[in-house]
Amino acid sequence: MLSRASQGRVLASVARATPQAPRTAARRSDAGSEAASVSPSYTKASFSTSRSSHLFPLTHLSHSPVFLDKVASPDSSGVIPAFRLLDGQGHVLPEVPEEWKKQLEEVPEETWVKLYKSMMFLPALDTILASSQRQGRISFYSQLGAMVIQVNIKPLSRTYVVLAVTSYGEEGAVVGSAAAWSPTDEVFAQYREVGVLVWRDYPLSDLMAQVFSTVSDKASKGRQMPVHYGSPTHHFHTISSPLGTQIPQAAGAAYSLKLSPERKGDCVICYMGEGATSEGDFHAGFNMASVLGGPVVFFVRNNGFAISTPAAQQYKGDGIAARGPGYGIETVRVDGNDPLAVYLASKEARRRAVEGQNPVLVEAMSYRVGHHSTSDDSSAYRSTDDVSSIKKLDSPLFRLRSYLETRNLWSSELEEATKVEQRKSILRAYAGADKEKKPAWEEMFGGVYGDREDGGLERHLKEQKMEVKRLIGKWGQSDMWKKDLERHDGGIEAVKKW
Amino acid sequence: MIASTSSRTFTRSLLGCSSCASASGAVTRRTLLPPLPHLAISSTRLAIGGPHQTRSSSSSGPAGRPTVATSSFLSTTREAALHTPGLRWRDDESIHPPTKDPDGNIVLGSEPTFVEPSAEDLISVDQGGRETKKMNLYQAVRDAMAITLSKDSSSVVFGEDPMNLASCTEFSPPRCSERVFNTPLTEQGIAGFGIGLATMGKTAVAEIQFADYIFPAFDQIVNEAAKYRFRSGDQYNVGSLTFRSRESLSSRTACGNDSADSYFARLGYPSACMAVGHGGLYHSQSPEAYFLQAAGLKVVIPRSPIQAKGLLLSAIRDPNPVIFFEPKILYRSCVEQVPVSDYQLPLSSAEILQEGSDLTIVSYGPPLYTIEGALHLLANPSEDIQNLVPRDLRGLKVELIDLRTIMPYDIETVVNSVNKTGRCIVVHEAGKMGGVGSELAAEIQQRCFLRLEAPVQRVTGWDTPFGMIYEKMYLPDQVRVVSHGSRWEG
Repeated sequence: MLSRASQGRVLASVARATPQAPRTAARRSDAGSEAASVSPSYTKASFSTSRSSHLFPLTHLSHSPVFLDKVASPDSSGVIPAFRLLDGQGHVLPEVPEEWKKQLEEVPEETWVKLYKSMMFLPALDTILASSQRQGRISFYSQLGAMVIQVNIKPLSRTYVVLAVTSYGEEGAVVGSAAAWSPTDEVFAQYREVGVLVWRDYPLSDLMAQVFSTVSDKASKGRQMPVHYGSPTHHFHTISSPLGTQIPQAAGAAYSLKLSPERKGDCVICYMGEGATSEGDFHAGFNMASVLGGPVVFFVRNNGFAISTPAAQQYKGDGIAARGPGYGIETVRVDGNDPLAVYLASKEARRRAVEGQNPVLVEAMSYRVGHHSTSDDSSAYRSTDDVSSIKKLDSPLFRLRSYLETRNLWSSELEEATKVEQRKSILRAYAGADKEKKPAWEEMFGGVYGDREDGGLERHLKEQKMEVKRLIGKWGQSDMWKKDLERHDGGIEAVKKW
Repeated sequence: MIASTSSRTFTRSLLGCSSCASASGAVTRRTLLPPLPHLAISSTRLAIGGPHQTRSSSSSGPAGRPTVATSSFLSTTREAALHTPGLRWRDDESIHPPTKDPDGNIVLGSEPTFVEPSAEDLISVDQGGRETKKMNLYQAVRDAMAITLSKDSSSVVFGEDPMNLASCTEFSPPRCSERVFNTPLTEQGIAGFGIGLATMGKTAVAEIQFADYIFPAFDQIVNEAAKYRFRSGDQYNVGSLTFRSRESLSSRTACGNDSADSYFARLGYPSACMAVGHGGLYHSQSPEAYFLQAAGLKVVIPRSPIQAKGLLLSAIRDPNPVIFFEPKILYRSCVEQVPVSDYQLPLSSAEILQEGSDLTIVSYGPPLYTIEGALHLLANPSEDIQNLVPRDLRGLKVELIDLRTIMPYDIETVVNSVNKTGRCIVVHEAGKMGGVGSELAAEIQQRCFLRLEAPVQRVTGWDTPFGMIYEKMYLPDQVRVVSHGSRWEG
């Protein structure tokens, strides 16, 4: 590996040597000179806390404050550096060019404050949901009892299975990027991107309704597992579990935007984890988006793990960023724990996608501090020491907070007040959702097909629905069914009216 | 109709059946419009040529046996084409999904307007009557696509080398190349891309080059497209998505340069040595049954040019994702007079091609023509097989049903028929196990149990891959249909 000192130069020359399509030639050579102008002495970015570097893709990367236009695959001497503005303490790195410092200052202060608040919201939400799930599944009652009693929530019965897919450690990547999109940009998410909805002021009651599958669950009418949100109002396409399927769909949506003059200026954003990029749909979607065009930003959250699979067992190349140029896609790698860098990189990526009507790839390097899901105990495959050390040094929340404090935009008082307020509102929504009925049984048959001309169900579904009615008529009062029926909107009476 | 009690002896009475004459008595030419209710279709068909009618056309098979080229199921005259059962015109200038107000009600005036055929449609073209044009199935499909592209400005047609590409300029909308285009060679990509377009409100017609290659897209179709509306609480849907796929049912066209007429005429010869089917394993499959379990999806297979155009336009405008399998073998061999106007035929609606009282045969796609030939063979067996076909069976009156929509299928028409005849054979090219025939047989035995005189039979491909050189014995051909048709007499 080349010394870090010489790396900037190498990348600059790589950028220049990249074959250039005529329409982007000018832009690319600009970036080349930009890279060249960066001081190659930038070496302080190293914040290795890792004993086994392959577990922490973030820490064995070199960092450069250069926004890379298009990088070629690295030669044997190095890896693609990650764009970064803040150090681990939240100070703007001295090597950051004036141009980027200026851009940082141009961002309205409210944006940074809202960004931090939204990021704070995620762990608060995760803690409450994850622990409520633990409580429902296993008797892990003592630790959380106070919280539960405080809001007078009945202990969760076994049917309240909450799968809280936590966003620990990725608040910076998700919310930082969400802040960079336009509110009407179409988002195709994987399932760790609730931060985008939080940024877009998705009502907390709707969020809880989905997680608890209540009668108010607009996102899936109780049909999907928790955290599978969706809201056309917020231009957030409904999440589905199959990995990577959203990637070619995002390519199609981008093409649709390209064909729709009334949506000029809008963009499609497609999130995925680094594990999902191993799916065939990743290849299909990237290639189609590149060949057919349309404004789309592919945002890869590289958090180092796909459940128990470390990134080293996911791919052997230089992460996901190195694949972008292979598809002819402009690419940048960014430090995912640097919300400022994520924000500016995403902003720039989006600008390029919309102006060029083509895809742009952003790879945000971060670390999944939380477990994969509540059905996963990550200490089984990684050391808790690793987790806690990186938690401190690489916390996007910590970095942004320090940055805000140096600009006098944040304080301990604000921190405390916000924490209390957020916690209260989450618990209020939680309690509200917990009291609500489940959707009417009818919804089980609804929405399989679109409306028939006569407004009814397809023949076979109509017959099967009537069979359910008959069964409930006969067995509905039995102990086996009664309780379940009562929990649903309208209960047995609603079924009788079918 | 034969009462269930008396029909216990049906097997015997079948042997003594001599009601051939009365069958022809039932043939009525329908001259009045508007057309009769849907199930009364068959009278038109019989008028064109009943199963017992001996043909002397030189293009027919031996003993005048009908083939795809001479089938009585095809409308070869303008009058017959305009009488197509269930046909409804779509005369509105542009087709958009109906607008809905915030409460979800359809805004008045924005709902689709259908026009029932009227007597005026039949007057001569220069006096304002509807025009028809001779088209093969391929041209009919292209016609439907051209109508879609010109009437629906949000429609997009794409795939690996979509066959419409060459005629793109015919469609004439500006920026045509952006709406009819090639994609990279990736089926899962094509399917996902189409879903993305549809969920953004575009009318997406995605082509999977061969039905055999739909499997890489299986995940996108089954897990995504089929479930899109349901899982999002009806907030999002991909109803404007249609997959067109060349169903390679007996894909003999894969061998290329056959002259359609001479080649397909030979199809009807049960004793002819079939040219080698070059379709083999991956240009011959009929994967429709794989999608039977994908709730939320529709599957449609047309049998003729009129059907192809009308059903495809219905599929494209249906508020659900639809897979439209086009029997490749019929692309050029199957020719009809096709109405030039925009029209639709109903989905989830089977069609009775021929009325009968002794036996119901249910099928879809190309085997319908095989069955037609087989029935002719049954009525007029050639010398070499006369000793194998009991004389008493020659007057067998068969009710032939074209299922048309495989999912969700029209069980009412089938059940009504089997309740009348007491017997049923399902014919398809796909393998037997877990096939459409299994599904139909189970439903029929549940709904017609007291009426059934015999077990429901399935005449299908075998449960092997589609071996190239073995195509002749793999497919349900005329002999096998005849064999099953005469199975109950001994």
